[in-house]
Amino acid sequence: MKTLLTTSALALTLATAAAAEGELKIYHWFEYIPQELLDKFAEEYDVTVTMDTFDSNEALLATLKAGKLGEYDVAVPGDYMVKIMADEGMLDTFTPDEMPNFDNIEDQWVDVEFDPGRKSTIPYQWGSTSFSVNTEAYDGPLDSLSLIFEPPEELKGKINVLDTSGETLTLASLYAGIPQCTSDREQLKALNALVQGAKPAWASFGSDVAKDVLVSGDAAAGMIWSGFSAKARAEGAPIEYVFPKEGMIVWMDNVALLKDAPNRDNALKFMNFLLEPENAAAVTNYAQYTAGVEGVAEFLEPEVANSPESNPPADAKGVFVQACPEEVQVLYDAIWTNLKK
Amino acid sequence: MAGAAPGGGASRSEVYRGSGPRLLLPAWIFIGVFLLLPVILMAVYSFLTKEFRGGVIWEFTFAAYDQFFLNRGLFGDEPPTIEWTYLGIFWRSIWQAGLATFFCLLIGFPTAWYVATRPVSTRSVWLFLITIPYWVNLLIRTVSMKFLLRDTGPLNEFLMWTGVIAEPLSLINTNFAVQVGLFYSYLPFMVLPIYAAVERYDFALSEAAADLYCDSWTTLRLVILPAVKPGIVAGCILVFVPSLGAFLAPDLLGGAKTFMIGSLIEEQFKGAAGNWPFGAAAAMILLTVVMGVLLIHARAQMREDG
Repeated sequence: MKTLLTTSALALTLATAAAAEGELKIYHWFEYIPQELLDKFAEEYDVTVTMDTFDSNEALLATLKAGKLGEYDVAVPGDYMVKIMADEGMLDTFTPDEMPNFDNIEDQWVDVEFDPGRKSTIPYQWGSTSFSVNTEAYDGPLDSLSLIFEPPEELKGKINVLDTSGETLTLASLYAGIPQCTSDREQLKALNALVQGAKPAWASFGSDVAKDVLVSGDAAAGMIWSGFSAKARAEGAPIEYVFPKEGMIVWMDNVALLKDAPNRDNALKFMNFLLEPENAAAVTNYAQYTAGVEGVAEFLEPEVANSPESNPPADAKGVFVQACPEEVQVLYDAIWTNLKK
Repeated sequence: MAGAAPGGGASRSEVYRGSGPRLLLPAWIFIGVFLLLPVILMAVYSFLTKEFRGGVIWEFTFAAYDQFFLNRGLFGDEPPTIEWTYLGIFWRSIWQAGLATFFCLLIGFPTAWYVATRPVSTRSVWLFLITIPYWVNLLIRTVSMKFLLRDTGPLNEFLMWTGVIAEPLSLINTNFAVQVGLFYSYLPFMVLPIYAAVERYDFALSEAAADLYCDSWTTLRLVILPAVKPGIVAGCILVFVPSLGAFLAPDLLGGAKTFMIGSLIEEQFKGAAGNWPFGAAAAMILLTVVMGVLLIHARAQMREDG
């Protein structure tokens, strides 16, 4: 019996060793990469891929700060979080010659403010954060953030907002015409009053459920990310994504090479792999945002390429979320806690 | 500990004499590593200075407790008054947990009574049936409750089909839904200890009470309840404590509109500013409150038992 156990344990060890040359550990957003693509990478490069997921940029930072840095190879932070992580010294750097496909990055996304010259990150997908409205529940004009913050009777009590202070308070600021990261007392008081006044009309706070509440009909309007809205439509929600005249949030998620990555080589291979137009297109077809990679067009499914969410009107206005300094951020946090107390 | 058992094999107690502390070692290690160490760590963190966006600076401060109890205005420059924000969140959680405990007791006691008074042969079947839903993960059960309660869910569809209501009832994202979720999640924690107590109850006592012209209500109050009280208390603690820290039901069924203790603490670690010392302080205060209540109860119990 003992021999049998030893033998099978040995066989198991050998099998694992034979199965993969190395490992790759990814820390990623939920529902953001097709499993087939991970399988494809694992097979092509003979690497065992494991992935954990998070649901907000802040959760990503918190996990890495709590001691997980050094366990993951790559993570996928949004624009402002790249800046924060770089400032915290959590990112490793690479040179373009370590990545043959580096030139595939679209020109407009190479010299970005949050990572000038792309020394630690590559583009993953970009999109916008706004809201969608069920057109069966409301047939008025769809052009303003007032539908969320000063909603009409039809939508009251049927609104879901994202459960992250960054996105919800930034959209509120856009509606109120207040600059981001303001420390002006009157403006902050106005922002506080705006969200306090709107809350009774909100049914729920939820980010990971943002799509489901629209599909199920629990919410008739909901803040949502552009691709998530497209997916909700594909799942049968009779909704329209709104490009508000006050502006919306534009963001870009990036694959970042983490400091102390245990498998740095595989991480670079994976980033290079994601810069192949065909693979970048596979992510876009799945997540329904927009890749920052050249040459993806021919691989895109027509309904994804032509989705209204990914093709904003020419006059649509977007802003990136800014990372506020500490003394200002605590004020926004106080407003958020006050809103949910 | 290994005291000499009266009348029972002197040789055995001889063997174990003095080895008590050594035999307790595994238990002490377990308590030390998994209970004391984390609590001490938490206590220490609650007195450290917060680092922006998570983390701590090793400088001693009362700032976290100050923030919890004192309100200095949005901009921190007003004279301090009592801060009701967090006390309010705590009170809401305690109220919710208390209500859930009450409903669990209301339904759990008769259920346990019914099961315990069945013939021995069928009792295990009833117990088995009560535990079946709990083979499924708590998250899945909470999400299914959400499906049941939503405007287009089976409950509303059925009521509209029967014509009892014309418009769907707004059940989801209400405190009612949270209560349903907590009740459903923790009911067996109430039923099982009470069942154990009722099963040991000597029904001759009820007969004696009846012989002495006790009506059934008085029998319940003066004879049965005191006898099964330990089971009821254990059940109440087992429901109240996890309900207090519950976050799945408030988030999924209540719409996460208001912080509960659990989500308030979570926000300190996952939120935008990340204030670990404050999260640790809130957890310490919660721990102190729960410990306090349990200690008071233990004291009262000891006094009662003489």
